[in-house]
Amino acid sequence: MEEEKILDALRQACPDAVLSAEVSLGDAVAVIRGESLTAVAEFLRGAPLSLTFLLDLTCVHHPGRVEAFEMVYHFLSLDTNARIRIKAGLPAENPEIASLTGMWKNASWLEREVFDMFGVRFAGHPDLRRLLLYEGFEGHPLRKDYPLRKRQPRIPLRKAETK
Amino acid sequence: MTTRFEREAQPESLLLNMGPSHPAMHGTIRIMLELDGERVLSSEVEIGYLHRGFEKTCENKSYFNLLIYTDRLNYVSPLINNLGYVMAVEKLCGLVVPEKAQIIRVLMSELSRVSDHLTALAAMAMESGAFTVFLYKMKAREFLWDVIEQTTGARMTTSYIRIGGVRADLHADFAGACRRAVAETHKVLKDVHGLLDKNKIFLDRTRDIAVMSRADAVSYGWTGPCLRSTGIPYDIRKARPYLLYDRLDFEVPVGERGDNYDRYMVRMKEMDQSLRLIEQCVGLLEKMPAASTADGLAPAEAIRMARGQKPVRPVILSPNLEGADRTVQPEIYAAAPGYVLPPKDETYTTMEGLINHFGYFMKGHGIRPPRGEVYFSVEGGNGELGYYIVSDGTDRPYRLHLRAPCFHVVAALEQLIRGRLIADIIPTFGSMNMIGGELDR
Amino acid sequence: MSGNFVTTRFNAALGWARKFSLFHYPYVTACCGMEYMSTACAHFDIDRFGAGWTRFSPRQSDLILVVGTIPHKLAPVLKTVYDQMTEPKWVIAFGACTLSGGIYDNYAVVQGIDQIIPVDIYIPGCPPRPEMVLDGLLKLQQKIQTSEPDWRWKKKKS
Repeated sequence: MEEEKILDALRQACPDAVLSAEVSLGDAVAVIRGESLTAVAEFLRGAPLSLTFLLDLTCVHHPGRVEAFEMVYHFLSLDTNARIRIKAGLPAENPEIASLTGMWKNASWLEREVFDMFGVRFAGHPDLRRLLLYEGFEGHPLRKDYPLRKRQPRIPLRKAETK
Repeated sequence: MTTRFEREAQPESLLLNMGPSHPAMHGTIRIMLELDGERVLSSEVEIGYLHRGFEKTCENKSYFNLLIYTDRLNYVSPLINNLGYVMAVEKLCGLVVPEKAQIIRVLMSELSRVSDHLTALAAMAMESGAFTVFLYKMKAREFLWDVIEQTTGARMTTSYIRIGGVRADLHADFAGACRRAVAETHKVLKDVHGLLDKNKIFLDRTRDIAVMSRADAVSYGWTGPCLRSTGIPYDIRKARPYLLYDRLDFEVPVGERGDNYDRYMVRMKEMDQSLRLIEQCVGLLEKMPAASTADGLAPAEAIRMARGQKPVRPVILSPNLEGADRTVQPEIYAAAPGYVLPPKDETYTTMEGLINHFGYFMKGHGIRPPRGEVYFSVEGGNGELGYYIVSDGTDRPYRLHLRAPCFHVVAALEQLIRGRLIADIIPTFGSMNMIGGELDR
Repeated sequence: MSGNFVTTRFNAALGWARKFSLFHYPYVTACCGMEYMSTACAHFDIDRFGAGWTRFSPRQSDLILVVGTIPHKLAPVLKTVYDQMTEPKWVIAFGACTLSGGIYDNYAVVQGIDQIIPVDIYIPGCPPRPEMVLDGLLKLQQKIQTSEPDWRWKKKKS
């Protein structure tokens, strides 16, 4: 199966980076070490796999685990139509991972969004600041410890009176 | 506090703010421009003015309840967002949807796609000054929305495509209504082709303006009509067919140069292909035998009978519940009792139906997919619309992430308008079809 | 209020003139914008009520139609646009998100724009049908007809 072949190639090329690799629900999923993201991305991007398309980049917060932040990357190959999901765990204190802005141009905004929502820093990002929320917003909302309804208004709100 | 943009601007240039509220109808995006006369030296795009906390809200709602939030993501093609979410959950749960429901899903998603492209191009044309095109396309959109309303009950935010199937069966005159709407849309598209395709003013504003190269488009993660306008024929419906797309007959139009005109033309041609798909689906539906409840019980009589025994004849439901009864249930819903609602006549006349219905909505019960994660994508109006769902076995998703196609397209806006005039920003931005609900989530 | 025949007739004429020539500023953000477009176009035509022409400048408009969700990031912009409008001005809150935050009860969304600016007419719906919008517009016109213009040009406290 195609997904198995990609995972085998990845395991052979970066053996100490890959912690686990399996096919789950038809998707190829590989868990790697956070430090080796750049090496894995370079390998996936080059021939023969040519997964040249960065589909998506996001993060999941697991407060109970040691590696509390799990970065999730989706890559796609336009020629062979193959896809792979790469996951990398980051520690809860000062989560930081290498930035992919050198290799893909959309990584710039995607990483800014993850920084905005989770507080994960990206080493090498040219301009890491909030994207969806405003300057002055405190906290990172998609973390599990941020309450859903904690509002931080930008201007003083008025009491609505009945006319 | 000076921003990076202000710090890096040249001292003699003019800084202009195209603020979040401006006439280009897409609403809420802010473009800060550094101008030398009319020419844009550099720009900064600021988004997030419609950030509504979709992903955080979804972690607090059950799988069924958050369906309404998915309607409001790409609000010009709401049924496609419903479809993407629902198919991701079905992949996670391993549900198989019956064929009639699949045909209805394809039909609804192509109707949505046509209305998405109609709205996008109408706005682009109106902002470029072609107001007639806007009025014509809105007229066509009303016909399509009438068809959607007759079937789903709502014009826009429908929540019609549910986990396991669709909400209700089609009404009796659906084929006729659909064909009439498609014929009207063809007429409108013919008029618009005549108005814009060879129009010197439109060509001057869109030909060779904001050209995107293939390498850059791939690097920016462009998908959908914008990617196809650069010449790369990638369409999820052909590459990874879902529902019935591998059995239906359609083409994927591709542009050449990746300029504004190509993005316009690809969308116009895609509408023709979508209308072709709709006609094929209507043909398939007509060949399927229709279930009828002609000899049915009136609701009051059925409830009276239910006190003693289970009603043996089918029940004619009231108009707002129509199409959700026992006779059509196997065609529109997967046979998976924990994941779908029981048919309406069973809910109202039998105890088991009532308990199943109640359990479906109770907190902590209802749809509880197995632990795991899934990523599924469909071809949205703007490109690859993907849902990444992490489930921890409870009735609420642990994490739900949307791969928004126009997020990646708008990320390239700064590059596309650099060196161009202010007036070029409008058709460029219009041809990208930025939808705030999807961009900011 | 003065019961003088001349001033009541004059007020009625002024109300009549104002209500049938509303220039609106469509402050469009989200999904309700699609229904706004439907209302403004040929099928449901808002122009027959005199409110057809959109004026994309706050200075030139007397009605601001706040259409769609207003998140906290956008709130100061809405306040600025409202403050820039000249008297007399009216506000229509269009859609559930502007009435009360709608289905979005979270950190990002203002729970009703009357927490920012005073609102005259509330149009519920998610999104409201164009007929509901026209009904709201008619109610606003009735309100304009029967309201007393303030002859001392007092600044409205908001």
